[in-house]
Amino acid sequence: MALTEDQIERYSRHIILSEVGGEGQEKLLGGKVLLVGAGGLGSPAGLYLAAAGVGTIGVIDGDVVDLSNLQRQIAHTTEDLGKPKVESAANAMRDINPDVNVRTYHTRMMADNALDLIADYDFVIDGADNFPTKFLVADACHLAGKAYSHAGILRFDGQTMTVVPNESACYRCVFVKPPPTNSVPSCSQAGVLGVLAGVVGTIQATEAIKYILGTGGLLTNRLLTYTALNMTFREIKVKRQERCPLCGSDPTITELHDEVEAVCDLSAR
Amino acid sequence: MKLTVNGESVDVGDGINVTELLKVQEVKMPDMVSVELNGEILDRDKFDNTTLNDGDTLELLYFMGGGA
Repeated sequence: MALTEDQIERYSRHIILSEVGGEGQEKLLGGKVLLVGAGGLGSPAGLYLAAAGVGTIGVIDGDVVDLSNLQRQIAHTTEDLGKPKVESAANAMRDINPDVNVRTYHTRMMADNALDLIADYDFVIDGADNFPTKFLVADACHLAGKAYSHAGILRFDGQTMTVVPNESACYRCVFVKPPPTNSVPSCSQAGVLGVLAGVVGTIQATEAIKYILGTGGLLTNRLLTYTALNMTFREIKVKRQERCPLCGSDPTITELHDEVEAVCDLSAR
Repeated sequence: MKLTVNGESVDVGDGINVTELLKVQEVKMPDMVSVELNGEILDRDKFDNTTLNDGDTLELLYFMGGGA
């Protein structure tokens, strides 16, 4: 796939980077990333991936745009209220870059569709707003051998780590299983600083881009935590756990199942 | 005795266990965190009977389910 003159100009600031170059830009144009969630994390991730020229971006989200989303979910506008988030996010990505093929899935990722959804993608970005989906993304990506970026945000805090299945510590190596219902508040209950989602979602997009390029070092075996209130980043070393129920030596999770809803009551938001 | 908790030095009473440390650290419910003790993730059912030693390094890793 040769770059057109317009593409050479559009991506010139990438192409001039020796770690990217024309070849890397072609890799990005051939790359496929799935966004699970088109909300606080998925919005900035999707917009930057589109701008970067990631050729195929899938976005799955069952929700419609609500006024309370617009404080942080920057892929959607006031005019989009009531529209499926996947539609408004797709429009925003196409507006930035018509090179990008955006595929939309207006549904929720569940055990019975997760493997089909991720099958065609190179990298998955977990921007889900609930633990069942976060654990499902981790399980499905492990079973399918897909690299993914986990992230979570709450109040002024965020965390993210990248997982390369069978090579690096997975989400379940660190968090094992979803916390009991109501033990951990959701953003709708506890609040979230809108701009925090931008910082963390953009880190996720960075990881997807480096993964496709095959350059640099990924955020693997490290959980990065970010406290916006004090502007501190910490990196916690994590490692694969022999007893991990998903990627350990004797796994108990060998097929997908839906975890019970632990945090977000979707109907109540 | 001195522990390092989330990168900071913390003075606690000798021989406390992980559940007691979580209280000292004002973790409202043990279910809110995953605990890494000296680089290993600790089984949740061992919080009560894991006694901490001077110099131990702990990371209290909060579950964060938000994304939207």
